[in-house]
Amino acid sequence: MANEAPVKDKASQDKSSTQDLVVVKDLVKHFPVQTGLIASIVNKGKIPSVKAVDGVSFNIRKGEVFGLAGESGSGKSTIGRLVLNLYKPTSGEVDFDGINLQSLTDEEMRKLRSRMQMIFQDPLASLNPRMTLGTAIENPARIHMPELSSEERYQRVLDILHAVGMNPPEAYFNHFPHQISGGQRQRVVMARALITHPELIVADEPIAMADVSVRSILLDLMMQMKKEFDLTYLFITHDLATAKYVCDRIGILYLGRMCEMGNLRDVYTNPLHPYTQALLAAVPVPDPKQRRKAKMPEGEIPNPINPPTGCRFHPRCPLAKEICSKEEPKIRELLPDHQVACHFAENFLHK
Amino acid sequence: MTDDILYSIRDLTVDYKTREGIVHAVDHVSLDIKRGEILGLVGESGCGKSTLGKGLLRLHDGLAGISGGELWFDGRDLMKLPLSEMQKIRGAEIGMVFQDPMTSLNPVQSIMDHLVETIQTHEPNTSEKAAKARAEELVEKLGIRHERLKEYPHQLSGGMRQRVMISLALALRAKLVVADEPTTSLDVIVEAKFLDLLRELRDEFGLTILLITHNIGVVSEVCDRVAVMYAAKMAEVGTVEDVFADPKHPYTKGLLQSVPNIRLDEGELYKMGGEPPSLLRPPKGCRFNPRCPQVMDICRQEEPKFESVAGEHLASCWLYQQASVVKEAKHG
Repeated sequence: MANEAPVKDKASQDKSSTQDLVVVKDLVKHFPVQTGLIASIVNKGKIPSVKAVDGVSFNIRKGEVFGLAGESGSGKSTIGRLVLNLYKPTSGEVDFDGINLQSLTDEEMRKLRSRMQMIFQDPLASLNPRMTLGTAIENPARIHMPELSSEERYQRVLDILHAVGMNPPEAYFNHFPHQISGGQRQRVVMARALITHPELIVADEPIAMADVSVRSILLDLMMQMKKEFDLTYLFITHDLATAKYVCDRIGILYLGRMCEMGNLRDVYTNPLHPYTQALLAAVPVPDPKQRRKAKMPEGEIPNPINPPTGCRFHPRCPLAKEICSKEEPKIRELLPDHQVACHFAENFLHK
Repeated sequence: MTDDILYSIRDLTVDYKTREGIVHAVDHVSLDIKRGEILGLVGESGCGKSTLGKGLLRLHDGLAGISGGELWFDGRDLMKLPLSEMQKIRGAEIGMVFQDPMTSLNPVQSIMDHLVETIQTHEPNTSEKAAKARAEELVEKLGIRHERLKEYPHQLSGGMRQRVMISLALALRAKLVVADEPTTSLDVIVEAKFLDLLRELRDEFGLTILLITHNIGVVSEVCDRVAVMYAAKMAEVGTVEDVFADPKHPYTKGLLQSVPNIRLDEGELYKMGGEPPSLLRPPKGCRFNPRCPQVMDICRQEEPKFESVAGEHLASCWLYQQASVVKEAKHG
């Protein structure tokens, strides 16, 4: 096990200058838990914290869709916000196109923001109900592109509305969010994210609320926009079935740690971590002939304030041995471009 | 009505009064729930599936009301019962499990108190001791250690809260449980375990479950039969085997094709054009006609009947009804 870590580090350094848009190194984010006076005396001044993200490294290559999947509490949404520097990490760093975000001043960061955007789960909640669609889409351009005249800006909004399929764009400019359908709202949110022509879009469960018939249209729109605007996506989801249709590579998170990471196809066809295996088996399959027979792991995701020692999955892992509760497995490249953090991952290699 | 049918909904219409007019959220819907089955009720948001689920218990607030139809439950027409009788059935004979158990459980009441109170409300002759014993036995069966009954809802995990909701229904020996999106707020692994539990309850307790969900995968995992709703109407009903292998209604076909399937090797997701119509002004004829890839003239004129296509496989679509008319004409 001695040789993996340096090899991985070197690899990511070599690539970062050429093809990586985002490089995340040993990212840690702890949220302190509010406690009362008595509790702080009892704890002798030590403030307990939620270990939302606890040492995660990955890179997102230019032009790819990198998926982050995991259950609630895995830290996936926190990572999304850390990548955009909306949260300050407790430690570790995020590089965007070779720029270390933690070293930037607020002003420099503000300028960089036009190159990265975010879309959220609930389009209605992310649109101001009293703002017309046109104004909502125009606003990021007003902030980030002060050089544009108001006519140029208007034209740009119409172009982007057209691109996301809101036609005729003039007709929608003065609409309010409640006047359009759920699918159209998601298009508008997409348009607003695209107005500054960003390079990276962090999509946090963008389709979790969409109905089946709208979902495929949205995924299609995301892929179409990716081509048209040369985008790179960080796609955060709990839905492994949907991830299959959009992601090139995927990272599986459990309790703030990366369990497994690699090309989506490799991870799905040959999952090397028992947690990934359970997660993939749990996805309901829309075919009654393929009902799940696999047994599910015991218990539920533990409290991130006091995560288990050693491998964080060990209390629920059907294959856990003594070492799993004592020693934390390091993430290592077991197959080309396929990393896993499990002491016994070799056992799954010959499947 | 035959004996193997526990609940028969006949021609039910539920209206919502809105500022812009009356909306028929459930529009002349008929559906039978068989004893001991898990029946899935699917559709997109706004199709009326939750309204139908609440309709089974005549649970509607001031803005909505049942404006027509019959609700035959175990030999009685619930529509004809006085409210006081209806209240005895709710929770006791027909249990309900909702999407967010946190809003259905009292945050300042321990799980034990909640269960005991429920049992004693419906069965005033049961002693507290007997009620406690029953509660303990029950939650153990559902995989919760009975010591945890002392705890409050916020101390339990999401999956456990859903188990508590089910235990409330079982504590009163409900014949039917209406579960409205019970797994939507759960993570996949917890969801899978909850589905295992539903299966066990059906097999061991003979419980009948109406599972309302938008998740087609969940239906195929646990349901015996499935009912598909579209724009307040019933589109198709049949066994999951029949409906998944050979969907009749073009809407069902589109719906099934648009579901991401983790097992299928390749292929793109099918894209169904358009979105469901506003129920304030539903399209004339078949409500799916503006989106239907197989639309015919008659679909825009007249509403198809909801009738058998093959045995107990029902659908409301002119594709099959047209065919039968033509056949009859030929024979004639």
